[in-house]
Amino acid sequence: MNDTPAIDIAGLRFGWTRDAVLLDVPELRVARGERVFLHGPSGSGKSTLLGLLGGVLTPQSGRVGVLGTDLATLPARARDRFRADHIGIVFQQFNLLPFLSARENVELAVRFSPRRAARAGDVRATALRLIAALGLDAPRLAALPAHRLSIGEQQRVAAARALIGAPELVIADEPTSALDADARDTFLDLLFAECAGAGSTLLFVSHERALAPRFTRTLALRELAGAAA
Amino acid sequence: MTLLPLALKSLRNRRFAALLTIATIACSVALLLGVERVRDEARRSFASTVSGTDLIVGARTGPVNLLLYAVFHLGEANAAVSWASYQELTSQPEVAWSVPLSLGDSHRGFRVVGTTADFFTHYRYGAQHPLEFAAGDAFADLYDAVIGADVADKLGYTPGASIVLAHGIGSLAEQHADKPFRVVGVLARSGTPVDASVFIGLPAVEALHADWQSGTHLPQLAVSADAARQLDLTPKSVSAILVGLKSRAAAFALKRRIDDYRAEPLLAIMPGVTLQELWQLVGGAENALRATSALVVVAGLLGMLTALVTTLNERRREMAVLRALGAPARTVFGLMLLEALLLTAGGAALGVLLLGLALVAGSDFAAAHYGLNLTRTDVSAHELALLAAVLVGGLAAGAIPAALAYRRALADGLSLRW
Repeated sequence: MNDTPAIDIAGLRFGWTRDAVLLDVPELRVARGERVFLHGPSGSGKSTLLGLLGGVLTPQSGRVGVLGTDLATLPARARDRFRADHIGIVFQQFNLLPFLSARENVELAVRFSPRRAARAGDVRATALRLIAALGLDAPRLAALPAHRLSIGEQQRVAAARALIGAPELVIADEPTSALDADARDTFLDLLFAECAGAGSTLLFVSHERALAPRFTRTLALRELAGAAA
Repeated sequence: MTLLPLALKSLRNRRFAALLTIATIACSVALLLGVERVRDEARRSFASTVSGTDLIVGARTGPVNLLLYAVFHLGEANAAVSWASYQELTSQPEVAWSVPLSLGDSHRGFRVVGTTADFFTHYRYGAQHPLEFAAGDAFADLYDAVIGADVADKLGYTPGASIVLAHGIGSLAEQHADKPFRVVGVLARSGTPVDASVFIGLPAVEALHADWQSGTHLPQLAVSADAARQLDLTPKSVSAILVGLKSRAAAFALKRRIDDYRAEPLLAIMPGVTLQELWQLVGGAENALRATSALVVVAGLLGMLTALVTTLNERRREMAVLRALGAPARTVFGLMLLEALLLTAGGAALGVLLLGLALVAGSDFAAAHYGLNLTRTDVSAHELALLAAVLVGGLAAGAIPAALAYRRALADGLSLRW
C-alpha cells in the first residue's frame, strides 16, 4: 500500500476575508488506514476543515495534502474530480436524495467517478452487497425511496454510498448524532469493518467524546488549530 | 448522461407542482399558437373574402371605401355609376362577366343588395368557392328575395317567408310596406358578408323606388306593387360593379382605362390588393392580440420560475449531497437548467396537443361562423420558431434558479447543518 499520508496539512490558514481567519492548522498528518476521531465544539471550524479536505473550499495559504495531492494547487474542476474519485463523505443527516431509491443513492456515488465505478465492478451488485453488509435487508430496503427509510437506515445507506468503489479516504461528519445508542454502536461496527475491508482511512468528526476510545487516534481541533472562533 | 434521469426523477418526486407548471405553460403556449393560427387564417380568409373577381368598379372614391361598400356592404356609396357606363364597361372585350350591385335599402339591420342572379354564379370566396343554396333557389319573380345564412338564422326565415324592406339603413327608416318580398332562397354559410345580406333583383330596386324621388317617398305618386310591374324597371344607376376578366393579365390595362374614363369619374380596384391595404388598417388590433398572447407565455414562464425558486431551499441539501459526491458546481447549474427545459418542453408539447384538440373540436364552429379553416395539421416554420422562442425563454427563466443554486452550492460547500 502507498505510504504517502492520507492527510497531510501544513501551514493551513482559511478565512472568508484576509483579516478574519476562521481556521489555522499549522500541521495535521494522518497515515493511511488510520481511524481518526476529531472532536471540537461547534464553531471550532470542523465544517471548514472538512470543506478544505473535500476540496470545496480553498485556503488562503498552506498545503492541503490528501493522498499526496495538494488540493490547494488544483483548479476547482480537478478538486471536484479528486473528491469524486478518492473521498467518501457521510453527513449528519439528510444524506440521501429523497426521490431516488436506497440502491440508486448508493450507485450515484460512482456516476461522477469512472475510477470508482471501475473499482466497484458490477455497480449494482456491489451496492446491494454494501447495503446488506451494513445490516440492511438489502433487496427489500434497496428498492424503497430513500425518504421511506428510518434515519438509522438512511445513515447506513449513506455509509454504503461513501464506501462504494473503495475510496481511500472516508470523511464522516457527525454521522451518528441522529442515532440512538444501540444504533450508533452497530453503525460504528459496520463502518469500521467496511473501512478496514476497503483499506480506507477514516476521519470521523463528532462531539460525542464517549466514542473516542473506539478509534486509533483522537484529535482535538482546538489543540490542532489556533481557531479564530 | 447522469443528469437527465436525475432531473426526471426529481421532477417526478415533485410531480404535482411540476404538472401544474407544465399545465400553465401548456395553456399559454396553446394560446400563443392558437392566436397565431387564427390570425393567420383570419388574414387568409379576409384576403379571400372575394376571390375570382378581378376588378370592382364604382364611382370615384377611396379604394378602401369602394371595397367596404361593394364587398362588406359597410357605409354608403356617395355616388353611383350610371347605367350607360355600366353597359359600356360590360361591352369591353376583356370583360368575361359583370355583376352590378345596388345598395341603400335594409331589412332589420341587414343590408339589401340589388343585383342580378349572375351574382350567385360568379361570386367566389376563399379558394374559389362558389356560393351554394342551402334551400330554395335564386330569385325569378320581381318580388323574390334571397337571404344569407345569418339573416335566415337570426330572423328564422325559410323559403316562403314574407319580408318588408326598409328604405335606408337606420332603425327609423321608412318601410317599403306596400311591396313585400317573398324569400325564395337561403344561401349556405360562407363566412363572408354575403351571410348578412338580403339579395333582390335590380328591377326590384327600381320598383321599390318608383314612387320615390330624391330619397323621399311621395305618396301622391303611389305605385302599387302590381302596377310597378308594368313600368320600365331598367336601373338608372348602380352602386358598384363586380367584374371578371377573360384574362387576369388585362386587369391593369382595363383598370387604367376605367380610372381615366372621361364620361364619368370612376374608380376600379383590384380587390386582393385593396383587401391587403384594409388589413393593414386593422393590423393594430392584431398586434395587440399577439402581444397579449406573448405576455401570457411570459407569465407562464414566470410561474415556472417561481415554482423552481421556491424549491431551492428544500433542495439545498440535495445540491450539497451532489457536491459531496464530486459533482462540479456546474452540474448543479445544469441540473436546474435541465429541469426548467424539461418543464418548458413538456408544457410546449402539451400546449401543441391541447391546441390540436381545441382546433379539432372547434374547427366546424369556426368554419361555420367565421369561415375560418383551422383544420391545418402541419406545423409551420413560423410556429416552430415560436416554439423555439418559448424554449429559449424557458431556459432564460431557468437560468435564474440555476444561477442561485450554483452560487449557493459554491458557498455551502459540504456544510449541511443550518
